[in-house]
Amino acid sequence: MSRSARIRLFWAAAVVFAVVYTLACTGLPHFGTTVHPYGSRAVAASLRQRTANVVSSINFDQRALDTLGEESILFASVLGTTALLRHARDERVGRPRAGRVLPSTRLLGLVMVPLTLLTGVYIVAHGQLSPGGGFQGGVILATGLHMVYVAADYLVLKRIRPLGVLDVADACGAGAFVALGFAGLIAGAAFLQNVLPLGTFGEISSGGLVPLLNAAVGIEVGSGIIVLLASFLDQAVEVRSETDSGSGERT
Amino acid sequence: MTVLPFLTAGWIFLAGVYGMVTSRDIVHAVGCLAVAQSSTYVLLLTVGYRRGGIAPYFTDTPLRTRTVDPVVQALALTDVVVGATVTALLLALAIQIRKRHGTVDPDALTGLRG
Amino acid sequence: MVRTADLLPLAVAVPLLGAVVLVITGRRLPRPAIDALVTVWAALEVAGLVLLWLRTGDGHSVSWLGGWTPVHGESVGIVLVGDRIGIGLALLTSALVLAVVVYSWRYFDEPPVAHAGTFPALLLLFEAGMVGFALTGDLFDTFVFFELMGAVAYALTGYRIEDPRPVQGALVFGVVNSLGAYCSLLGIGLVYARTGELGFAQIGVQLTRHRPDALLSVAFVLIVTGLLVKAAVVPLHFWLPDAHSVAPTPVCMLLSGVMVEFGVYGVARVYWVVFSGPHGIAEPHLRATFVTAGVLTALVGAVMCWQQRHLKRLLAFSTIGHVGLFLAGVALLTPAGTAGVALYVAAHAGVKAALFATTGVLLDRFGSVDEHGLYRRGRELPFVGALFTVGGLALAGLPPFGTGLGKAVVEHSGQERLPWLPAVFVFVSALTGGAVLRAGVRIFAGAGPRPRERYAGPETTGGGEEPEIRDPRRRIPVPMLAVPAVLLAPALAVGLLPGPGVALAHAARQFTDRTAYTAAAFGHHVGPSAPVPDVGWNTEGVLLGLVSTVMAVLFAAVAVWGPVLRSPLVGPVTAVCEGVGRRVIVPLRRLHSGHLGDYVAWLAVGVAVLLVAMTV
Repeated sequence: MSRSARIRLFWAAAVVFAVVYTLACTGLPHFGTTVHPYGSRAVAASLRQRTANVVSSINFDQRALDTLGEESILFASVLGTTALLRHARDERVGRPRAGRVLPSTRLLGLVMVPLTLLTGVYIVAHGQLSPGGGFQGGVILATGLHMVYVAADYLVLKRIRPLGVLDVADACGAGAFVALGFAGLIAGAAFLQNVLPLGTFGEISSGGLVPLLNAAVGIEVGSGIIVLLASFLDQAVEVRSETDSGSGERT
Repeated sequence: MTVLPFLTAGWIFLAGVYGMVTSRDIVHAVGCLAVAQSSTYVLLLTVGYRRGGIAPYFTDTPLRTRTVDPVVQALALTDVVVGATVTALLLALAIQIRKRHGTVDPDALTGLRG
Repeated sequence: MVRTADLLPLAVAVPLLGAVVLVITGRRLPRPAIDALVTVWAALEVAGLVLLWLRTGDGHSVSWLGGWTPVHGESVGIVLVGDRIGIGLALLTSALVLAVVVYSWRYFDEPPVAHAGTFPALLLLFEAGMVGFALTGDLFDTFVFFELMGAVAYALTGYRIEDPRPVQGALVFGVVNSLGAYCSLLGIGLVYARTGELGFAQIGVQLTRHRPDALLSVAFVLIVTGLLVKAAVVPLHFWLPDAHSVAPTPVCMLLSGVMVEFGVYGVARVYWVVFSGPHGIAEPHLRATFVTAGVLTALVGAVMCWQQRHLKRLLAFSTIGHVGLFLAGVALLTPAGTAGVALYVAAHAGVKAALFATTGVLLDRFGSVDEHGLYRRGRELPFVGALFTVGGLALAGLPPFGTGLGKAVVEHSGQERLPWLPAVFVFVSALTGGAVLRAGVRIFAGAGPRPRERYAGPETTGGGEEPEIRDPRRRIPVPMLAVPAVLLAPALAVGLLPGPGVALAHAARQFTDRTAYTAAAFGHHVGPSAPVPDVGWNTEGVLLGLVSTVMAVLFAAVAVWGPVLRSPLVGPVTAVCEGVGRRVIVPLRRLHSGHLGDYVAWLAVGVAVLLVAMTV
């Protein structure tokens, strides 16, 4: 199909979609409606489970199966991406050269890296209390580590990044979620049931299973994203095709 | 105009699809897919809005405060993670396409036809 | 002793845990240990699902995750509901995964050292996604499992990164399917806005309190868009041949054997439980739209299948043809039609997987899946040839194969309302079966003259494939021959033994009973109301099966020996064929351009057409 035909086809479809979708939206409840049956029930259930962060209660307690599926998608994507970005038979690995960084950048990195990592741990640990949780905190942990790449260079990042361990940690995080789900079964209740003591509302130990699942997800997301970014960085910095004879880029 | 927030979602979706249809670069197309996906965030959060509601956290608010619908926020979080990881997978494929075909222009990828 | 309800979440959790174990141990264990581990794990999953199937019987197994059983008919949790169709599909999936795992024992003989556990782990994650999709009773959870099986499938499709075609096919697959999934999510958002619920049963109950309007239809269309993309319904089908023809053979077996069928299953499930109640989607409207879509899909798939010389692409298009038939059968909205499709899907999975498996042997031997390039070269493999031919005959609907029985039941159920429907079924079965027979006769018997090498239009040949196995001199591994043979046996058993038919007839009655499902989800039991549909061979069905088989053989014979016939008829017939080819087939083939933008535009068109068809 020619480009213009394709665009004309799209516009025809888009006009139909716009008209019918607009028509449908007029049938929706008003924006800002107070009727949210599931939402109200979820808030009540969350308070009963002594979880101050309702979103965490939904993600890790009420609808934990969604999250199990979701972290399996993450696990599968990390696995798939590392497989897709493996070194092909006709590729070789070049050695990245050390890069030059301004001393002020280096100093800033030295201060920021531990701060960011600490923030990440805090966000994971307080998922049941305040906005945040395993996913958000895990991402902060992973990006915090990559500040080293900005503040120093790739070689330093490579040295402090134990990929083999992180790979296993990623899988262990995913496995821990399933295993914690089995806890319910072992206790004679349902799969993924929150059978642990619920603690005191508003305390860090509250929520029963929620903080543990948050920690499992935090480990998985943190290590998974580092592994994911490692495959992409590896492609960008190290891999050369057979024909390309460039001997390492500045990082 | 209480319909407008809902229509925004449809508009973002169409914008993303338009980008994919006219794209000359598969990395750009994957980006446009993410744009189309962000329409789902907008729709979900719009649906969950409750007039006068606050964020669904009770750390230091009275327990009877009215909040917005927390369910859609949980769904949006799941959606974000799904979107991000699938995007990573597609970008990995884009890298391999660049290596194997020497191009990222969909017009030049003619290996599978008929 | 495990409770029956707990078997439902276990069916999802067991393969997930297996994937984790494989990734952790994969770096240390030698290859045979990994193969043994994954085989045991896949067998465990099959055993669990068999137990679930037996214990559930004709009832429903229900598990509220996290113990959130409804109080006063309300719950905040997710429910898994197993009925015969859902569990049966999960069981079919797990059996096929087991077959694929055994088939790939010696596959990828030279895996990248650091990734030995990756491929089997991805297979198990794929299985978890499909089983979860089959068992879930929650709309958003459906989306999550849809994306899980999608994400794994994209990675598996592009697994052979040394070859340029898989990475391209995988990207197109990923982008188009993800876009479809986001359409579904928009639809889920609209439904949630109206009903404030996410469970199938709960939404269904809430929807009966609203008048049917544009919102209902738009939400329905958007939700099924993602499922129809997965089911490769025209014009949302373009990604399928590009993905299925390039994926590693074991993956193709799963993609074509069950994954595509999950799209049809999802559409039917969502319709029956969520949208079929009073004030739901109007039945005649839905029937007209979806039977039309199914027939169009079947015809396009069959015609395109006949045109292919790339064997995997040929099989991929035959999947499109058959999925079109499945959709048309389900869209009859009768228990009998559903029962027929269930039989058809079960048998088709075995047959299609066996055909892909034998094609994998050819790829292993000759590094090619090109019908023309392989001409006569398969004569040293008589056993493989026999399997391939039997597969082709089964695809054409030869009695007593299950494909023939399923086809007969659907034809019988549809012909009262649509007298022309059997003709479509016969034609599509004959053309797809005939294409396989044509390729088989040329490759394994070396019959007819050497096929033409050049073609003026757009074409994907199957030559110069990157072989999936490094050493072509080794003997063909036994599993690669045993698995296709074993896969054909259940396809025969489904048609020959009365047991599966009776079970699936009950299953179909249960599947199309919205009240029973809704009641079961809330912990009540409601007896079935409709009569059990009659599934079994009748004279008419056997005759139609024989007709389609004979037609398939004739099509193949004409294609192979036609060019050397000396008859006055040959000239005009060839002229007519060339005329049709120029006007219809070449443009049709040109539409399959492999261009991402084209496919996305067609997806938009498909959504627009459905929106118009369902709202006007």
